Amino acid sequence: MNCEAWQTKLDAYADAELPPETMRSVAEHLSGCPACTAEMAQILQLKRVTASAGKRYTAPPELRARVRQQIAGKPARGGWRWALGLALAAVVVIGLGLAIILPSRTAARNQLIAGVVDRHVTALASASPVDVVSSDRHTVKPWFAGKLPFTFNPPDLTGSGYTLVGGRMVFVDGEPGAHLICDWRQHRISILVFQDQGDFGRLLPSADRPWRSRAFNVETWSRAGLRYFIVSDAGPEDVNTLAELWKKANS
Amino acid sequence: MADVGYNAEFETLAMPLFDSLYNFAHWLAQDRHDAEDLVQETYTKALKGFKSFQTGTNFRAWMFKILRNTFLTSRAGLSYANSMPLEPADEDQLLPLSPATPETLVITYDLGEALQQAIEALPVPFREVLLLADVEEMSYQEISETLAIPMGTVMSRLARARKAARQKLVESGYEGRKGKVAGR
Repeated sequence: MNCEAWQTKLDAYADAELPPETMRSVAEHLSGCPACTAEMAQILQLKRVTASAGKRYTAPPELRARVRQQIAGKPARGGWRWALGLALAAVVVIGLGLAIILPSRTAARNQLIAGVVDRHVTALASASPVDVVSSDRHTVKPWFAGKLPFTFNPPDLTGSGYTLVGGRMVFVDGEPGAHLICDWRQHRISILVFQDQGDFGRLLPSADRPWRSRAFNVETWSRAGLRYFIVSDAGPEDVNTLAELWKKANS
Repeated sequence: MADVGYNAEFETLAMPLFDSLYNFAHWLAQDRHDAEDLVQETYTKALKGFKSFQTGTNFRAWMFKILRNTFLTSRAGLSYANSMPLEPADEDQLLPLSPATPETLVITYDLGEALQQAIEALPVPFREVLLLADVEEMSYQEISETLAIPMGTVMSRLARARKAARQKLVESGYEGRKGKVAGR
């Protein structure tokens, strides 16, 4: 066998991935061949430097926290059995601690909704409330692609009286979301979409539910793993009409 | 109780791989945001599919495989699909390298940095096999499972990837900047 043939085995030799007898015969060849030994030295050096240089990127701690939360907060199939056990246990605990637990849960939920309303207020106060300016839902939706770990369908607003202004990214309670803005007559309406996990899934009811928070009308519902909010100072029926359009587009 | 155990077991197995998966994702996507999305989606899919994971098979290879498949179907992975060698015969056309290429490797302090740029410039099929072998220290068997390619292809592709990385170092004029030369 000439050196060219031996050299096809050197990488696997460096990785100790050859059968024992081939490992032995390569070692024997190396002991008497300076050219192959030099080649071997370069392969080993490259391996060594790659091992350290290849560990190049460090994940942001927020991502780790997000992934952990995701694992903890999303019971998979068969979860009802666990939930049932927990529910039975909870009945006992609630019997003792109802007076403490409920108010704190309500407070947490109100705080969460206040956080969503804050994003609407910020948008009202901002000179440039949106990062993607377009009344075309086919422009706004793709803008979020790759920025969010989920996708959604903005409804067709043609002839509805609502006008899409644009959208931007938001974070509420550590969750990334889409913030879209519509105009209705003199009113500005925010639509916010998040993954229905963490506090969203924990604190909010999945069924449609209108709220009032700091004189804003809020409607929120959950569908197919996503949590939707509509926030505006427009009347509850105007908020509801837009909510129905969104639900239809994302049913 | 099954579910608490299910998620906890998944977490115990999957979280130690977090740093490695992120590093690999960033190398593949070459973008921080895309890498973050990739890792998050990988964990979502893996948690969902954990029931179908066969105990006793290689969990690390399984996770890396999910990440890589997610990358392939992502926006960032589209260009990769075009450069993916489908047949073993294509491997030779991927990056022509003569075995007689004169090359010089240099030992200096910033060899690591030059090598990072060289690896970055490699086509994805070479980049991934090199990283799995030399950074993740996977066996050929594990790489074969992760990339869904035969062991023989792992061996030949890895050898070519290493040659290509060395070739890139030479092409980048690396050996000209520093004096201390090893081998020839």
